[in-house]
Amino acid sequence: MKCRVCRGAALIDLRRHNANFCADHFVRFVQSQVGKAIHEFKMFDPEAKILVAVSGGKDSLAIWHILNELGYDADGLYIGLGITDYSDTSAVFARDFAVAHSLNLVEVDLDDTYGFNVPQGARAAKRVPCSACGMSKRHIFDRVALDGGYDVLVTGHNLDDEAAVLFGNTMHWQTDYLARQHPVLEAREGFPRKVKPLIRLDEREMAAYCVVVGIDYMLDECPMAAGNTHLRYKDALNLIESGSPGTKAAFVQKFLAQAAPIFADAAQESGVELAPCEHCGALTPSGLCAFCRLTARATGQPVELVPNPRLTS
Amino acid sequence: MKIELRNPTRTLELEGPMSVQRMLNKLDLNRETVLVISDGTLVPIDAMLADDATIEIRNVISGGDR
Repeated sequence: MKCRVCRGAALIDLRRHNANFCADHFVRFVQSQVGKAIHEFKMFDPEAKILVAVSGGKDSLAIWHILNELGYDADGLYIGLGITDYSDTSAVFARDFAVAHSLNLVEVDLDDTYGFNVPQGARAAKRVPCSACGMSKRHIFDRVALDGGYDVLVTGHNLDDEAAVLFGNTMHWQTDYLARQHPVLEAREGFPRKVKPLIRLDEREMAAYCVVVGIDYMLDECPMAAGNTHLRYKDALNLIESGSPGTKAAFVQKFLAQAAPIFADAAQESGVELAPCEHCGALTPSGLCAFCRLTARATGQPVELVPNPRLTS
Repeated sequence: MKIELRNPTRTLELEGPMSVQRMLNKLDLNRETVLVISDGTLVPIDAMLADDATIEIRNVISGGDR
């Protein structure tokens, strides 16, 4: 197996690109795919102040590494979710990466800041853990990005993540979600700009990037997300991909080019009015935002006593 | 050859030599979902694995415990 670029010994085959790469050219390929996504979707300028949501896993550490390699100014944000030993260990990977690459890591602990962790939040709200976790993370991402004056929040969602979400939304014809699925969510009052520069790269490519450049990442998976639907969608898509390489990329890229604008136009016509949360000010369709309601239930406090701190100064 | 798998963590033994592709087929693993790693380096799909090789098969699909 030979590298497509230099004809030296290849380490990895990328069937959907009909290409094999040696270590050096694979790293350049991955970084160029990120550069293309940033350019194609006009994600941010070279001078942007960037906040990367970092979990300690392969995707978030890889995108932080790549942005740094491409010369961007990017801080990391790690959120301690209190998911048993899993959270303690993932924090170590995030901190060690930041130290090794002399990067700034902002940390927010859900329990220290708001008085509950994800397992408690899920129990109190009678929600599945992934729902309480996602809601908490989104709230903290927004707050830290806005409070810290960041131009954009970067997340490590890759092609497989986006394909699985698109598959799920399509299977259930969730047209309101389909209208919002895009690698760029524009900033609006109360929300920072959010972008997904790994949209052109799949999970195998991201894990391989970490191995090749020596990023030590959290290999264990979240115990609270065991056997979730999202994983089953990924398995189904990978079964198709193994027989027809390129299917996942075509599914996502053609959706973005051909179908997403139709759903977005339809959603605009039936837009829901948002107003500031009565407690924290985050925009919400109801009087209190979902995160403040979750915090009140999880801590057993009246909403007026729910913490509402400024998270960065 | 000794094969370490994760999520869940387990160790398997297979008789070599054998190509990476054949080993993945034998273990019924989808090549789109794993990397084969030896001494911290990726092992290409067409490589031959010796009978005394020790390798890691790393699942690359994130999103929760299996």
